[in-house]
Amino acid sequence: MPSLLVDVPGLLTTVQDLGRPGYGALGVSPSGAADPVAFRLANLLVGNASNTPALEMTLLGGSFVFSNSAHIAITGADFAPTINGSSLELWRVHKVSAGTKIVFGPTKDFARCYLAVAGGVRVPLFLGSASTHMLSGLGGFNGRALRKGDVLPLGVPTEDLISQRIPSASLHTLWPRKVLRVTDGPQIDSFSEQARHTFFRSKFRVTEQSDRTGLRLEGPAFRSNSDGEMITEGVPLGAIQITPSGQPIILFVEQQTTGGYPKIANVIGVDLHRLGQLRPRTDIRFERISLRVARALWIEQERLLSHPRQLFA
Amino acid sequence: MRFYPASDQCMLVYLGEHIHLPAHQHVLQLFRQLQRRPPVWLRNLQPAYTSLMVTFDPCIVDHAAVETALRAYDHQHKTGRLRKPRLVRIPVCYGGEFGPDLAEAARAVGLKPAQFVQVHSSRTYHAYFLGFAPGFAYLGDVPDQIAVPRLQTPRRAVAAGSIGIAGKQTAVYPFTTPGGWVLIGRTPVAVFCPHRKPMELISIGDQVKFRPISPDEFRKLEAACPPC
Repeated sequence: MPSLLVDVPGLLTTVQDLGRPGYGALGVSPSGAADPVAFRLANLLVGNASNTPALEMTLLGGSFVFSNSAHIAITGADFAPTINGSSLELWRVHKVSAGTKIVFGPTKDFARCYLAVAGGVRVPLFLGSASTHMLSGLGGFNGRALRKGDVLPLGVPTEDLISQRIPSASLHTLWPRKVLRVTDGPQIDSFSEQARHTFFRSKFRVTEQSDRTGLRLEGPAFRSNSDGEMITEGVPLGAIQITPSGQPIILFVEQQTTGGYPKIANVIGVDLHRLGQLRPRTDIRFERISLRVARALWIEQERLLSHPRQLFA
Repeated sequence: MRFYPASDQCMLVYLGEHIHLPAHQHVLQLFRQLQRRPPVWLRNLQPAYTSLMVTFDPCIVDHAAVETALRAYDHQHKTGRLRKPRLVRIPVCYGGEFGPDLAEAARAVGLKPAQFVQVHSSRTYHAYFLGFAPGFAYLGDVPDQIAVPRLQTPRRAVAAGSIGIAGKQTAVYPFTTPGGWVLIGRTPVAVFCPHRKPMELISIGDQVKFRPISPDEFRKLEAACPPC
């Protein structure tokens, strides 16, 4: 069986797919690729179904050796991938021969880079998904980040390649942004006019304590009027909760499924994948929009991603 | 019923404004009804003490349509009855290395550790919901006498199987995770096991009772437990 050998694992490299929604009642968050748009496009480029397991690298990539020839695509952040010292273009299909070693470095721009292989990475599924859930040690490759010497079995390509590349003009609407659009959170009324004003006018910095469970922000401290009086309830992906210390946390793909901190706002669906590309020390802001506009943007993005020929050159 | 859009793809339904069993029974009824006959647009359900969060596919419906549908589900179900809850018995070795905070917690409320254990293990708890981590069940209500608050500084690692108290809530940690609850004991039984059916030891709506065991019995049961 064709396989991929992990020569250098990188900072945090995991097997991901589009996650396991629908198990909230078991306390299981959906998990899945931190940037599902880049993830889907990598798969589409190599002719895979969009949910096929692939590798997610974080800030610093690894190096991997292919046992057999394969078609691959690299999307998301630019981790300066090379083969034998020559660099590889992102957002396009490459054919690699048996024994090829592909080397990734530190990021040149954003936080997460995806490597998809035609046929996909094969791991046992947990609750219908291959994505790694680090907190519980379930899913993915042995429920953990990849280590040196791991050998990942690869699947057999099933389809023809759709296209060679995605031109940068097509990527424009999907590109990372530092102004995240949000809708009102369920406890917005527990924040004073002044606090809300501060929230929507201020810059926040993504801290080093950010990971797949949440992005911790640094900025002006502000408080809700009802600290500690909230009944724990379900919390959506992208919820911006304010901790008792006054700092916001944006709940991310491996989030807790319930929480008791007041939520001032929620990142809209089409901007969730952009959270996955925010590096520590990036300054961000929030822009308040209506539910109606958020929904229209989502429908438009889904239409684009489900008709990928519009994106491909 | 009170509705609030939690995000552009989620609706929160509040079925009570404070924690009490009737509100939670209402949450359970609506949850089970939606689970039994899931609408095509349904993506996830997150029940909690007094609310149910419903995640939907915005390509199919909007918040107004979700609200209408949920009201209809609720209306149909007014006549339905919940099945009798299951009783789950969980063996616990209290104190010592298994419950590093027991002595301090007992001192704080003016009880001997054995009395504290007696109070904790004689109550039958209700499993309100699972949250935080896979299989982590929020159990209540802890008797006021032993309802000690969370630790000032959370631990970086709480051993899997640890029994904790946080105010009127008690729970069993399914995995070794960070945690701020006061640890009074530990169970040798797997709390969440992907190779077991069902995977979770405690399901929403269950009744739970803790049974004190000795360190010897803990080790015996631990050895007898199939690895997950």
